[in-house]
Order: sequence, then C-alpha cells, then structure tokens
Amino acid sequence: MLKYLAKRILYVMPVAFGVSLFCFLLVHIAPGDPLTSVLPPDASQAMQDELRKIYGFDRPLPVQFGLWLMKALQGDLGTSIATGRPVAAEVWRAVGNTLLIAGLATVIGFLFGCLFGFVAGYFRGSYLDKFASMLAVLGVSVPHYWLGMVMVIVFSVQLGWLPPGGAGPGGSAAWIWNWEHVSYMILPAITMSVIPMGIIARTVRALVADILNQEFVPALRAKGLMDFGVFKHVVKNAAPTALAVMGLQLGYLLGGSILIETVFSWPGTGFLLGNAIFQRDLPLLQGTILLLAMFFVGLNVLVDILQGLLDPRVRRR
Amino acid sequence: MIRTALALTLAAGVSFFAASAHAQGTLRIGMTASDIPLTTGQTDQGGEGMRFMGYTVYDGLINWDLSKSDKASDLTPGLASSWAVDATDKNKWTFVLREGVKFHDGSEFTADAVVWNLDKLLKNDSPQFDQRQAAQGRSRIPAVAGYKVIDKYKVEITTKAPDATLPYQIAWVMMSSPAQWEKLGKSWEAFAKTPSGTGPWQLTAFQPRERAELSPFPGYWDKARVPKLDKMGLLPLPEANARAAALRAGQVDWIEAPSPDLIPSLKSAGFQIITNAYPHNWTWHLSRAEGSPWNDIRVRKAANLAVDREGLKELLGGLMIPAQGFYPPGHQWFGNPTFKVKLDQAEAKKLLAEAGFSPAKPVTTKILIAPSGSGQMQPLPMNEFVQQNLAEVGIKIDFEVVEWNTLINIWRAGANHESSRKATGMNYTYFIQDPFTGLIRHLQCNLQPPAGTNWGMYCDPEMDKLFEQVRNTFDATAQTALLQKIHEKYVDEALFLMVTHDVNPRAMSPKVKGFVQAQNWFQDFSSITMVK
Repeated sequence: MLKYLAKRILYVMPVAFGVSLFCFLLVHIAPGDPLTSVLPPDASQAMQDELRKIYGFDRPLPVQFGLWLMKALQGDLGTSIATGRPVAAEVWRAVGNTLLIAGLATVIGFLFGCLFGFVAGYFRGSYLDKFASMLAVLGVSVPHYWLGMVMVIVFSVQLGWLPPGGAGPGGSAAWIWNWEHVSYMILPAITMSVIPMGIIARTVRALVADILNQEFVPALRAKGLMDFGVFKHVVKNAAPTALAVMGLQLGYLLGGSILIETVFSWPGTGFLLGNAIFQRDLPLLQGTILLLAMFFVGLNVLVDILQGLLDPRVRRR
Repeated sequence: MIRTALALTLAAGVSFFAASAHAQGTLRIGMTASDIPLTTGQTDQGGEGMRFMGYTVYDGLINWDLSKSDKASDLTPGLASSWAVDATDKNKWTFVLREGVKFHDGSEFTADAVVWNLDKLLKNDSPQFDQRQAAQGRSRIPAVAGYKVIDKYKVEITTKAPDATLPYQIAWVMMSSPAQWEKLGKSWEAFAKTPSGTGPWQLTAFQPRERAELSPFPGYWDKARVPKLDKMGLLPLPEANARAAALRAGQVDWIEAPSPDLIPSLKSAGFQIITNAYPHNWTWHLSRAEGSPWNDIRVRKAANLAVDREGLKELLGGLMIPAQGFYPPGHQWFGNPTFKVKLDQAEAKKLLAEAGFSPAKPVTTKILIAPSGSGQMQPLPMNEFVQQNLAEVGIKIDFEVVEWNTLINIWRAGANHESSRKATGMNYTYFIQDPFTGLIRHLQCNLQPPAGTNWGMYCDPEMDKLFEQVRNTFDATAQTALLQKIHEKYVDEALFLMVTHDVNPRAMSPKVKGFVQAQNWFQDFSSITMVK
C-alpha cells in the first residue's frame, strides 16, 4: 500500500509542473492587456511602459514564468494587479466559500444521484427506471445559468423564501452556522448539484445493471439470499466507481462555477475566476487556476487511495 | 451537518444587510462593479468607483456640484474655498484652503496634506507614493509641474504651460489623511481597510468583493451635505439579472444600470426608474488617416443624416437621448451649431451622390466594435441598427468585432497602427465631463497616438488654435464661449458619427426618497432618506 501511495504522489510532480506551465501560457496568449484594471483608458504610453516594467511584464515570457514558479514554490502566488491584495489569501478565501456550497452540492448530488441510479438500475425497464433516468438526463442537460435564474425568480422573487444572492447578511467574513446564513447556500448548492447528480445517477444505473448481469448474482440468489442481501452486494461492487466519479465531480465543483457564482453573487472561486478573466488580472488568474488544478490532482490521489482501500485489486495494479 | 445547521435557525443573529433592511435610514445599493472600488483615495472601476468610493469618502480641492438635476453640473469649491491663477504668471495657481476641516480620524486638513497627497501620486520616491493610486490619478493631472505650501491654508500649484482647465484636473485628486496613513504603519494596504478622508461618508465595514458599509461623518465641513441616512451599503452585483433579482427580492433598494428589457417589468412592479442626461457619448470615432472615406465631409454628414435615432430610442425602450451633437442638447458647451444632426435620408443620399456614391455604388469600409464594455449600452443591436441605416443611403459597413479591452488597446494605438486592422472607425463610449476628456483629447494634433488618444489621427491647426485659446482663457464665461465654438466645429464638420447619449438609468425601491440625479457621472447621496 505504501509503495502504491508513493507512486501516486510521485505522479503529482510532473502534473503540477505541466499544469503551471500550461496555465501560465494560456493566460498570456489570451488577448487583452494585463494592466487593464489599473490603467485608466487614456493612460499615456509612458505610463503604460512604466507600469509594465514595475509589474515585470516587459521581461521575456520564460523569465516571467521562472520568477513566478520560484515564488509559487515558496507559497507566494504574487499580488493581484487589480486589487493589490495577495493572490494566495484571495484564493484561499474563495476556496473556503466555494467549499461551503460545493460540499453541500456534493452531498445532494451524491445522495440523489445514487438513489436515482440504484433505483433505475435495479428496476431496469420499469416506469421507476424511466422516471429516474429522465431526472438524471434533465440534471445533465439543464443549463446551470438558466436554472439558477429560474430558482431565484421562483424562490426569492415570487415566494420570498430564500435570499437571491450573496454569502450571508454580513458577507462571508461574518459567516455563522445559522439559518440566516445557511439560507444563502441553498439555491446555489442545489443549482450546482444537478450536474453531478445526473452524472452519478447515469453511472450508477449502468453499473448496477452490469453487476446484476454478472454470474455471482444468481449464485447469491441460489444460496438463498433475499433481495436486500443481493442489493447490499451490488452496492458494495458499485461503490468504488461511484466514489471515483464523485471525487472527480467534487473536483469540478471546487473550481466553482463562474456562471452559478455570478448569478448568485457567491464570492467563491468561480466568481473570483470570472473577475480575474474580465479584469485580465494575470497573477490572480494563474494563482487560482494553479491552486484549483492542485486541488483536482490532490482529490484524484485521494480517490485513488480510497479505491485502493475499498478494492484490493486496485492496489495490485 | 446541514441538519445541525438548520437546527440552529433559532439562533439567527441580527446583522446589517438583513435586519437593517427593515430599519429606516439604510440604503443598500447593487453596483455593476465586480469588486468594491479602491478605498484609499484615487479609486479604480472608472466612473462608478469615483461615484461610490471617491466623492463619498473623500473630497477634492474642487468638487462637482451635484445638487441639481435640471442642468449640467459644474465645478464647485471643495476643500479649497477659492482658487485663482496669478495675474502675471499664468503657470502659477494659488488655492486657498477651507479652515477647520477634519479628516475622519480627527486630524486637520492643511496645506501639508495637499502636498502630501500630490506626492502620493506624482513623486515616485516619496514614502507615501502609491503605485495603484498613481496609476489612476497621475494621468488626470497632466498639467501639474510642481506644488508647494505657502502657508497652513494656502497651496501653490504650477503648471507646465498655461492651462485654464487645471481646476477640472484638480477635481480628480482625492485627499487621503496623512495622519491615518502614519498611524497604520505607513501601509496603504492597512489604510484600504480603515480609510480616512474628509468626505460626508466614512467607511465602517469592508469585505473585498462582497460589501462595503458607509456611515455619515457627522463632522463633515459642509453641513448641508451631512448624509440623512443612517447607513449606506454597497454590494458588487456585476450580473444584470442578479441585480434586478436582488432589487425585486428586497435584498437591495437601488440598482445601477438595470438592463433595458427589464425596465417595463420593474416599473410595473412599482419600482422607480430614474434617468437623466449626463456627459456621456456613444459615437463612432472616425479615422482621418490617409485613405479613409471619412476625410470627405459629405460622407461624414451623410452618415450623420442617415441614422434614425428615434427608431434606435424605441429599440432601447426609450433609454437614450438622440444625439444632436457631440454633447447632449442643453449642455452649457453645446453652442449653436448650424448643421442639424437629424434623420434626413434624402439629403444624405444627395450628399453621397455629390461625393460619387450611391446605394448601388456604396462607400465600403470597416468599423471596429466590441460586444460589451463600460458605458457601451447595448453595442451589438445598436451597431447593427446603425449599419442598416447607413446601408440604406449607400454606406456599406463591415464590422470587425473585438473584445472590449482589446478595443481600448487599439484605441490607444491609433488608426494607423496595424492593430486597427485598416478599420476607418470604431464604436466608442466617451466620458465627456470636462474640456480635456470631452473635447481636447480626441482631436488635438499632438495627442495622436502614442502621445495621446486622438485615435483618428485628426489634425486641424484651426481646431488646435481653439484648444490653445481654451487653455489660455481663465475667465469662465469666455472659456465657455470658446468651448461652445469648439463644439459647434465638432458638429458643423460632422467630425464624429454622433448617435446617442446614455441616460444613466437606475432602478430603486419606492422607499428611496430625496435623490437628485445630477447630470454627472458622480452623484450625491447625502439628501436621500428611506421611508418605511
């Protein structure tokens, strides 16, 4: 197990380097001036040149990358051009906020996805299957942006049950675990959960159908196991894959959703990324993408390890 | 965990944005900005930044008079009670400061603070030099060459050359408290969290990207402008639908720039829609570089006569003022142009025929546009509308659509630069609040890129002479007359395709009372009250 663990962690190094290089190049080849946010439109050429020098954008790209990487390795992701605040602090704060709704979305998505998937797979071909599958397809197909707006119109504007946006009455810094604050999470979390719910439901449905066709199932029944007992075996066999899919989905959710967080004005990573893109805030963009990519890689490693724990065959590969 | 959280419902606390939503005297505003504007003095986020975090928390030596809605606002004494240019040396200005003015931290505003603040923007080796504020403020005061303290309440500012537009430039410089900066360990980062200006509002809570809370400063020097509200909250809500939803759901009481298609439903739901003219211009900046068809005045006039501005107004749900010139009609610099900017397609066709063009043999050229951008209103449908109008008279336009920030870079680079892609015009929105930003920067010969933003490479010695006269005319009435003359030349020679002016729409709850929407990019929130 230790060897397996070490191997998985070692794989992270080239991935991390590749991601940092790729995201650095990506943000630099995008059109627009990184100094857009700090320069008034009619700034003179002299002022533009001066600022370019101060922020180091006059240097060759490889030098800029090298300097940025050196600092990033020491935990310094630089300073946001637009706000002048340290990127790492901005990103961590946003990650914390996104974790709130992503965590809730994961729970909702995983629970309902598994429920619909198991029901659909176990009762394949029935109306229950068709209904659960329809919900799963809807979840994957409905545009987030549209669903978010509809939820706001219905639950905030018309019914007045839930707030339409923001991260609590005093902002995320004053977050308290009470209904007044939790109510702000509900609409974005539900909106965020529909895609993972659909994906998990479809995956689990296929898995369950496949497992039910395997020879050990009739063997279990022949041994006299009742439906619930068989179901337990099916669940155990489907769990590692469902978990892997959920892990990936959590990774996506942690990246926040630019659209969802913008619709709900939720100050998470998606909102931050959206702002960074529109303001051409390269240090913030690079830092956020790198950190999120590392989260994603870390989650994959974690899921691999969990899979190894759940299924000994994985460890032997 | 969720169950636990839900169970904690009963422990719900009282906090500003929820509970005070029902408290009299609290106004919550949904801004279009995606972040709280820079709080240290010189704001970012363009006009909206100055509106909410500039003239609220700070003052300039000279302020804008934002007390009237029925006429274009002009400058008014701020922290300087008077100012004058030297009778013999027109490069030398003296500003007499208001006595007894206090910063929010209790320290006194004096001539030393003025010099300290100018150093913060202009003197790179001063301890208080702040790159972020300098980036925003330095380009606003290009005329300033030097400054010094004369006595405790008198400052002298010298200019590089005689420049009667200096007061407009000085109105951009916001005065931060040197004492507060010292107290906070000479750190602008710390100052941003607990800023101190002399303005009618003081920042009492600040959460980057989420919210800011302003409270009245009871010691404000202008007692007539001490805010009547208890508090004012600012929320960045960049998405138009999210802003409207926040207003409808009662999360905010006021939203900036509701999208035109939402206005009828907001109105029918009982919300107030407030609009007014302001110095904004939505135009096609025409290239005068060699080979441009716009070098022919007949083509320029024809284009201006071809646009159905009333039709465009209908398209925008009435939220525009049809252009009759480069400035909105009624502006003090409008003058009396002889060329009437109106719809007259027959005359347009006649002018084009004289120039050798017709719908069968059209003028063919390319215009740069952006799909969105600050102050650009609804650029895609509006440009397509204009394109169709021009095609009807014999001007065939191809659009090259570029991203807004790319368009700004092209605008800085000039029509002759390769980034302009041989386009002969660009759709651009202009802030035209003062003589320099409104008139001079677009057309002065020595401001052709890269020296300035005369994108179209226009150069007319006669126009330059008028600009020079404006800079050398220190009498306000005479200067206004000159600015009118310049505007008349703008219109009579159809130097731009003059299309429309925005009306700065805001939607607000019927509870908001007493707001006077000035004809200005900035606004005064002091007179506002909230009724139950």
